[in-house]
Amino acid sequence: MEEEVRLMKGNEAIAHAAIRYGADGYFGYPITPQSEVLETLAELRPWETTGMVVLQAESEVAAINMVYGGASTGKAVMTSSSSPGVSLKQEGISYLAASELPALIVNVMRGGPGLGTIQPSQADYFQATKGGGHGDYHLIILSPATVQEMTDFVALGFDLAFKYRTPAMILADGIVGQMMEKVVLPPQRPRRTEEELRAQCPWAACGKGDRKNRNVVTSLEMDSTKMEQNNLRFQETYRLIEENEVRCQEYYTDDAEYLIVAFGTVARICLKAIEEAREKGIKVGLLRPITLWPFPKKNIGKLSKQVKGILTVELNAGQMVEDVQLAAECRVPVHHFGRMGGMIPNPTEILEALVTKLSIAQ
Amino acid sequence: MTREEIIRPENKVYARPELLTDNVTHYCPGCSHGVVHKIIAELLAEMNVADKTIGIAPVGCAVFAYNYIDVDWIEAAHGRAPAVATAASRLNPDSLVFTYQGDGDLSAIGTAETIHACNRGENIAIIFINNAIYGMTGGQMAPTTLLGMKTATTPYGRTAELNGYPLAITNLLAQLDGTCYVTRQAVHTAAAVRKTKAAIKKAFQNSMAKKGTSVIEIVSTCNSGWKMTPAQSNDWMAEHMFEKYPLGDLKNE
Amino acid sequence: MTIDGQRCKGCDLCVVACPTDVLLLQPKEVNDRGYHYAFAANPEACIGCAACATVCPDACIEVYRVVDRGE
Repeated sequence: MEEEVRLMKGNEAIAHAAIRYGADGYFGYPITPQSEVLETLAELRPWETTGMVVLQAESEVAAINMVYGGASTGKAVMTSSSSPGVSLKQEGISYLAASELPALIVNVMRGGPGLGTIQPSQADYFQATKGGGHGDYHLIILSPATVQEMTDFVALGFDLAFKYRTPAMILADGIVGQMMEKVVLPPQRPRRTEEELRAQCPWAACGKGDRKNRNVVTSLEMDSTKMEQNNLRFQETYRLIEENEVRCQEYYTDDAEYLIVAFGTVARICLKAIEEAREKGIKVGLLRPITLWPFPKKNIGKLSKQVKGILTVELNAGQMVEDVQLAAECRVPVHHFGRMGGMIPNPTEILEALVTKLSIAQ
Repeated sequence: MTREEIIRPENKVYARPELLTDNVTHYCPGCSHGVVHKIIAELLAEMNVADKTIGIAPVGCAVFAYNYIDVDWIEAAHGRAPAVATAASRLNPDSLVFTYQGDGDLSAIGTAETIHACNRGENIAIIFINNAIYGMTGGQMAPTTLLGMKTATTPYGRTAELNGYPLAITNLLAQLDGTCYVTRQAVHTAAAVRKTKAAIKKAFQNSMAKKGTSVIEIVSTCNSGWKMTPAQSNDWMAEHMFEKYPLGDLKNE
Repeated sequence: MTIDGQRCKGCDLCVVACPTDVLLLQPKEVNDRGYHYAFAANPEACIGCAACATVCPDACIEVYRVVDRGE
């Protein structure tokens, strides 16, 4: 398959991108608003072309453990779900992180808590960026704002996951999962051969083959001194990721006197609000974290020395705002404006919140 | 004939399997796990499949199986081995994939994963150690615990009113279209060990031939949990366990 | 037969399995891990059936049998 320009939903783009990346397997369970990922894969039947395995599991718990099983053998495997389903996956995600396994998890967030709503939300920020499951670990969290990024982050997520041997997550909101946009699909990449896999993943438990020693994938270590060493190794990996993989995008920040920080599709709405603000002479800039973990602390820290106040806009009750406050180190006031329960703010509301919460004289 | 004349390689009729590592097992004296490990190690060598074997050991006493049998292993979360095996097998179709699960793992926390892997007919072998108790955590009640049996969480004996009935989950698995071979065996006598070995061999052969899921339940003892000597445990098992869990094939297609 | 006395955990299953009462557990002596390990108290009675080795959970018994090849 060559490069192709198409109009499609973000969820469909995830499926196309996975096949074109040369992913080895997808294991999922239906849940709104992300079911199109599994449906699209079933429609495309990649097992007949690239040989990619696609399986509808009996539960989210089973699906993430299938990912664990596939990842243990060195394969590029993924799952997708939405908030309540991702809660169920946390056990497996913790095991993936602890066993240092690469994998891609997609969360197309809906409103919670509980069964909540099927409408969009960003209320899983804490769950995604602070660990989610038990133990000290982090995932690499990518936050797409466009259908194009839904596509591109599949490859980026897999590449980072394999580079650092740690799971990566695409934390999308229901908006980008459901909306249709023009997207450039990359050309088909071949799946790795068995030889390539064994060379890339010498740790994989895929059968000893010619290897002298057996490979064991485990998160268990009864010797506390060794378990502490394991933890120190994980933390060293996280330090490297924080050093090298922070991604964010800045708009109108050169002359900004105020700053909005927003992620995902909300950042696009904020951009519209900023344009309206600038028409009124309020110099506002936008910082959009692309990686929510590692968080763009330095970029925000630097801007906090330039601006008079910061507003985060989120589809939650105030989650990322805590990380922004930490990054700003109390230099300027940091406030939060959020909508919940599947409600989405419009640019006018955001502008009003900006003016009011940051006490901007007009 | 002197001892030296007898103990010669050409006279050896029973050897320690080469695939067993030198590690001394953490199992209690007389534990059935050791016997089953030995059978697996023998078979993988005899069938010449060790290099393409992926064993999956979930939480339970046998979680450390990877320390003892020299093949690739994946340690799985409690109950999730059949899901882990599903992906390992589908993504590595030339491999021999087997799970090694206890009764708490397979018939309590992993019931859904077990039933659905069997129902999909995954080409895996499930080795199920049923000793009617949670060994690793200190002898609590399992779904397979017999009525009246005293455990750490049924100190006055299991009652149907309080704890429900012993679960013969293997009978249930035999009903599923995806299973090709379901059998219940034991390892308490030399004859039983030989039968179990034949059963596991058949399960491994089925997996390699992609005939579907094979389930080998091995009715076992947990003498520490049962608070008996190993020999007493074997006798008690034959007397009480086999009544609820009778040995023999439940399905052989 | 040979018994790896250090690996043996003294579970007694081989003693029970032996049809000719060859094996016993050491009544007093223990191995490095404190187990009364099995030993061949009556080696002459061994018929090389390997029942002891078959049931041994710790794979510490190896069995040898001289086959009369009619030489």
